[in-house]
Amino acid sequence: MISVATKNRIKDKLFEYWGIISTLIGIVLLVVFMTDIFMQGVSRIDTTFFTNSPSGLKPETSGIFPALLGTLWILFLTASISIPLGVGAGIYLEEYSEKNWVSTLLEINISNLAGVPSIIYGLLGLEVFVRIMGLGKSVLAGALTLSLLVLPIVIVATREAIKAVPDSIKQAAYALGATKWQTIWTQVLPSSIGGVLTGVILALSRAIGETAPLIVVGAAAYIYDAPDGVLSEYTVIPMQIYTWMPDAREAMKVNAAAGIIVLLMITLVMNGFAVYLRNRWQKKIKW
Amino acid sequence: MSEKKIMLEARNVDVFYGEFQAIKNIDMKIKENSVTAFIGPSGCGKSTFLRVLNRMNDYVEGFALRGEIEINGEKIYRKSVKVEELRKEVGMVFQKPNPFPKSIYDNVAFGLKIQGITDKAFIEERVINSLKQVALWDEVKDQLKKSALALSGGQQQRLCIARTLAVEPSVILMDEPTSALDPISTSKIEELLHELKKKYTIVIVTHNMQQAARVSDDTAFFYMGELIEFDKTDKIFTNPSMEKTENYITGRFG
Ligand SMILES: Nc1ncnc2c1ncn2[C@@H]1O[C@H](COP(=O)(O)OP(=O)(O)OP(=O)(O)O)[C@@H](O)[C@H]1O
Ligand SMILES: [Mg+2]
Repeated sequence: MISVATKNRIKDKLFEYWGIISTLIGIVLLVVFMTDIFMQGVSRIDTTFFTNSPSGLKPETSGIFPALLGTLWILFLTASISIPLGVGAGIYLEEYSEKNWVSTLLEINISNLAGVPSIIYGLLGLEVFVRIMGLGKSVLAGALTLSLLVLPIVIVATREAIKAVPDSIKQAAYALGATKWQTIWTQVLPSSIGGVLTGVILALSRAIGETAPLIVVGAAAYIYDAPDGVLSEYTVIPMQIYTWMPDAREAMKVNAAAGIIVLLMITLVMNGFAVYLRNRWQKKIKW
Repeated sequence: MSEKKIMLEARNVDVFYGEFQAIKNIDMKIKENSVTAFIGPSGCGKSTFLRVLNRMNDYVEGFALRGEIEINGEKIYRKSVKVEELRKEVGMVFQKPNPFPKSIYDNVAFGLKIQGITDKAFIEERVINSLKQVALWDEVKDQLKKSALALSGGQQQRLCIARTLAVEPSVILMDEPTSALDPISTSKIEELLHELKKKYTIVIVTHNMQQAARVSDDTAFFYMGELIEFDKTDKIFTNPSMEKTENYITGRFG
């Protein structure tokens, strides 16, 4: 007869092994994939890869210059649009909106929006930004579309960060004669900025890997120049990879792999920065 | 004593949280430059009544007030009263020290900066004076840029008092300001009250009978939302008029 305690211990162990195995599977797959890409692409990574434009005729000297700049443009514009809007909406929902069925409905919807497939945002962007607003296949239309994708995440991150600010701090500010806005601006936001930024960066690093919505709103397959304004045509790194990938020529496959390495690096740096911010913020503020 | 000006007057005050009536028809007059202690068992409405005096309950869901409260001659629940202005007149110190996660200096300067005051010399003078008034100056004068969160609990609470003084209110409300502190920090703050009442009118909620007896001039005994007795502290603690008061201060219920 096995005692209950032993049974529990066995269950405990089994669960632990299950966890370890699942984690390992994930890591191993990732390592295999990364090594494969790395072996294929690393030889192509030199300065010319960053400074050259892509060329259908000369795959060996094709580069990602327009795509890299397109991605940076998209990143910058998306951040400039989604941060003020998302943080503003987060503050409103957390601090100002009254708790009634409208706000509850709104909250549920925002949480759900974070899970909507990105191509749906692409279709929305196509209709609203490209056609109705007449922005055409421009960087701005792309950035607005990705902003839609990023907004719910920014809003949720902002709310979480604001919620973490203790009520006692707000009370202290009010008791000294601060208005609501002063309290938010001088106490709540500075204390939650780390959390907000972490969320924003993670959301943006997701956005720059997106291809589907941008294909829909018109990121171009072959673009030879960097964008020169918000209404300019553009392409982005994932789009560039996507056009190189099916090419039969070996050198194009190498280019695609090199493009993936660059994209991975950018994402890695952004995520690293987010983790850094979070740690720094947690260390600085202990309630 | 009796010629002292009335700083704060409550007339027929009822307070509701939704259906629940937390304060029942309270009348009270508090004299200028005095320390008034609010005592009574847990849940009797001491904090509620205290927070009514600087309108900190305004944002509480379901909060409603009937009756009239006048501070320094102004009816504070009038529509025309700006709560921010009121709170500059009526400061508050909380149970748990709650310094801002900023430097010691910025904590004390906060109340002035939000008023739009930019004169650095003026702010600095106020900061120094306030820290001196709470006897914290000697301990922190070399580390004004240090985070307030690095101070001890007792120092933090004195900092919170200094922060309130910097705004130069007339009234200071304190809700169990020493209940989270050690005995030494507690006695420092009690000593402080004797000094502060020369300039300010102080209302303090406390569960500590000895503290009420030590620091206050007048004592109000609350019970289940009612003000049972309000009189000179000496009288309340030696010869209360009401049986409930006597039972409470002798520890027969609590
Ligand atoms: N925000 C609120 N919503 C609803 N009821 C409340 C609220 N705050 C207090 N109450 C109720 O009002 C009554 C008085 O509460 P209050 O906090 O004023 O008591 P107190 O005398 O300060 O008690 P303690 O000594 O425990 O601090 C209690 O019954 C409490 O449950
Ligand atoms: Mg209380």
